[in-house]
Amino acid sequence: MNKAYDIVIVGGGPAGLAAAIAARESGTQSVIILERGEQLGGILNQCIHNGFGLHTFKEELTGPEYAHRFIQKVIDMGIEYKLDTMVMDISPERAVTAMNREDGMFVIDAKAVILAMGCRERPRGALNIPGYRPAGIFSAGTAQRLVNIEGYMPGREVVILGSGDIGLIMARRMTLEGAKVKCVAELMPYSGGLKRNIVQCLDDFGIPLLLSHTVVDIEGKEHITAVTIAEVGADRRPIKGTEVRYTCDTLLLSCGLIPENELSTSAGVRLSPITNGPVVNESLETSIPGVFACGNVLHVHDLVDYVSEEAAKAGQTAARYAQGAVEKGGREIEIHAGGGARYTVPSTVCIDRMDDRLTVRFRAGDVYKDAYVSVYFDEARVMRKKKRIIAPGEMEQIILSREQMKEYPDLKTITVKIER
Amino acid sequence: MYDVIIIGAGVIGCAVARYLSAYDADVLVLEKNEDVCAGTSKANSAIVHSGYDAENGTLKARFNVEGNCMMDELCRELDVPFERIGSLTVCTDEGDIPALEELRQRGINNGVEGLRIVRRDELLSMEPNIGDDVAAALYAPTAGIICPFKLTIALGENAAVNGAQFKFDTEVKKVYREGGLWHIVTDDAEYTSRAVVNAAGVYSDIFNNMVSTRKLNITPRRGDYILLDRSVGGYVRHTIFQLPTKLGKGVLVTPTVHGNTIVGPTAYDTEDREETATSADGIDSVIAKSAISVKGLPTRQVITSFAGLRAHEDGGEFVLGEAEDAEDFYNCAGIESPGLSAAPAIGKYTARLIKDRLQLGEKADFIKERKDILDPSALSIEERNELIRREPAYGTIVCRCESVTEGEILDAIRRPLGARSLDGVKRRTRAGMGRCQAGFCSPKVMEILRRELGVELTDITKSGGGSYIVSSRTKDGD
Amino acid sequence: MEIRELTCINCPMGCLLTVTMDGDTVTDISGYTCPRGKTYAEKEVTNPTRIVTSTVRVEGGRSERVPCKTESDIPKDKIFDVMREIDAATAQAPVVIGETLIHDVAGTGVDVIATASAI
Repeated sequence: MNKAYDIVIVGGGPAGLAAAIAARESGTQSVIILERGEQLGGILNQCIHNGFGLHTFKEELTGPEYAHRFIQKVIDMGIEYKLDTMVMDISPERAVTAMNREDGMFVIDAKAVILAMGCRERPRGALNIPGYRPAGIFSAGTAQRLVNIEGYMPGREVVILGSGDIGLIMARRMTLEGAKVKCVAELMPYSGGLKRNIVQCLDDFGIPLLLSHTVVDIEGKEHITAVTIAEVGADRRPIKGTEVRYTCDTLLLSCGLIPENELSTSAGVRLSPITNGPVVNESLETSIPGVFACGNVLHVHDLVDYVSEEAAKAGQTAARYAQGAVEKGGREIEIHAGGGARYTVPSTVCIDRMDDRLTVRFRAGDVYKDAYVSVYFDEARVMRKKKRIIAPGEMEQIILSREQMKEYPDLKTITVKIER
Repeated sequence: MYDVIIIGAGVIGCAVARYLSAYDADVLVLEKNEDVCAGTSKANSAIVHSGYDAENGTLKARFNVEGNCMMDELCRELDVPFERIGSLTVCTDEGDIPALEELRQRGINNGVEGLRIVRRDELLSMEPNIGDDVAAALYAPTAGIICPFKLTIALGENAAVNGAQFKFDTEVKKVYREGGLWHIVTDDAEYTSRAVVNAAGVYSDIFNNMVSTRKLNITPRRGDYILLDRSVGGYVRHTIFQLPTKLGKGVLVTPTVHGNTIVGPTAYDTEDREETATSADGIDSVIAKSAISVKGLPTRQVITSFAGLRAHEDGGEFVLGEAEDAEDFYNCAGIESPGLSAAPAIGKYTARLIKDRLQLGEKADFIKERKDILDPSALSIEERNELIRREPAYGTIVCRCESVTEGEILDAIRRPLGARSLDGVKRRTRAGMGRCQAGFCSPKVMEILRRELGVELTDITKSGGGSYIVSSRTKDGD
Repeated sequence: MEIRELTCINCPMGCLLTVTMDGDTVTDISGYTCPRGKTYAEKEVTNPTRIVTSTVRVEGGRSERVPCKTESDIPKDKIFDVMREIDAATAQAPVVIGETLIHDVAGTGVDVIATASAI
């Protein structure tokens, strides 16, 4: 095989697919996607529920259908891809080492690399739930794969810890497949899932959502037989005397997603301690020149539409880089998150390199009602937008305009704030 | 009829089997779990003690030091990861230095080499993250770290290659002597043998008490641990113990041979011999106590917590050798810490006793070496590609977190005493042991096990018995 | 007179909507903050519908299940009737994305279609 490509894309999920298409549309011919799974589409293949693509296609698709539209385009455009191929290492010089059964281990020299590895679920261990460690405890996504792809049921009596969207979706899936879902316990006083999922996955089937609750004990030496759930106080510690025992044969965990950045780390890419994803500039370029990041490996998104949009941008900027068309230098302006905003992506912007408009995405650390999203150029507030609701579960965004930034020639720091 | 039946396939039972398999003897190992290393041997600190801790003249002292000395050669023969990284037993008060000195003297008497007291200045260069209050430490350079799974599996596998038979999922219900032979009654059969080895861990008092009037009493002592991600690797370079104080025994912080960090254990006496449930208090106390010896340990990087049971006998001592009033019944009972360190010495000693008594000859074709599952990451790209050309399964990564290939998993299943469950695969290959804790790879490993064992996916278990993973097919309409 | 309470699904506000009904007629809706909430409440009490997604058994191919959905939404109270037919159905490989797997599922007039291909 060819040992040099203009752009190597690590991951063939929604981010990698959209990045590949955009890179090709931006005039870069030599593009290859390396995908570790047996098919393109990534996690969308197991997300068989509907609700994808309302922004992108103005219709509601299931995960596999959404993926199919991008996969078809990749195939129609003749973009190269390799399946069942694991990227083992990325060097700071953008040598990508990968491996599969047919080619063995090989190295591709890339002019630009796009990181699109996605994220993984937080496992039980990280939650420090006491008790036994029997069979029957799954992260919600593992159960989703078993049920939707392999066609097997983990069990018939289910308790779910964490009200992330995958957990909510699995509550409905398990119910439709004949299981009894006893409750969904959520440590926080609010759910990180979409309202629509709470109504259509829980309320529709009479499944109780226990906010400010957590699992305090797991019973069963070989296979799980019961869990004990207790209410938690404001300090998120269990309150004695509130324990309720639920018999179950399955415990699903839906307690958050973590960008999968082991490869990025080994390449020396600088990560944000908040997002656990790379720190990027306006071009979605990481701390290593020519290495770009998009999708859930960059920061965990709420909707796949935004993943596709962001990835397309990374595809364009990576293509520009690979073509040597990037303006070197230029002044970097920092973008800070403040007052309730936890982070921003990107975290720097260069006026010379940015497009006319730049989307800055961020998330809130808490639920805010009737609050304002404000943007400050140094000390001056240049934007103030009222929002009825801002919740940690949903990504927010603001648009920066190049014209407006040019009016502030000494601009050093842009701050995005949520203000009451 | 067997020459020797060993009850229990933990590290002790497997060590005895391995050393016995060097002699001409029919050996049978009976294990109630589905795999070796399923009890105390699987959940401990994964360290090899230097041997200064046990009181002079005790079996604990003798076998610890002997076992420690045997470890290099044994691990070379059996291809088991073992590193002599040394241990540091720290105190936080200058006034405790005499106590360290006392330990040092005890160690010297036990035959431990290289012990010395290290003051804070030197300590800082050895362990930059040592706690701010740590004043001094007893340095024991011969202490090491080992993979207890790999050691037990290697001992068992090597015994099996040399002819020892293993029966799993077989619980011994009764042991009695009749007609000059031992009769071992299990759930579904009765076996006879000339000699019996009691290596039943937390159950070893029960078997002893069936045959001997010299009663033992084992109290399972639970220890909670947390395991930190490899991203924390290198935070400590030695096994760091805390000098026991009036406030308690303290916890250890140690790297593992796989680059993780272990913190623990607690000590709770229980009634239940299977009570391996962790407690919130236990985990909290482990984390709190670790701060005394190591500062800023990133305990948020915990990937799992677990609890193990130590078989604490009332006498606080190993119970080894033939029971006084039960001929050819050999105890390896009360094996708590430093049991893992002592295991090779206990195995060798017990095998020798039996050899002498039963007049066993040396096996001419004893194979003393064994190769572990190939680690492709240790190969050059060229070697690796040659391997993949020959065995394409080595080109497929199944476990992303630990980079385990399908080839390694197939090897783990196909070799003698091969893996039959997810935990079996995990302990042999580390698939599922990483930061995602099998979230991604478990469906794939299940599928490989199903294919290799020729069973249904619903028959695949986490660790044998009733630990099934999936209960039924979808669309089965029950 | 019947009073029904709903949670609006249109945004994270999750407004608590109160609908007063006289038989099948909506007489009052309160609690919404925007017109979308009102529209949602009306539909949800008079004609609640859902898209059902699941998998269908596949024979004769490599995959044993193929994901599916009702091509458009079906009455909410028919969800389990639809699931019964989906559970009983079997498709023959190869299945092409968009292919009809069940015609007029549970008398809803809606087809169940494959949402992925299966070989």
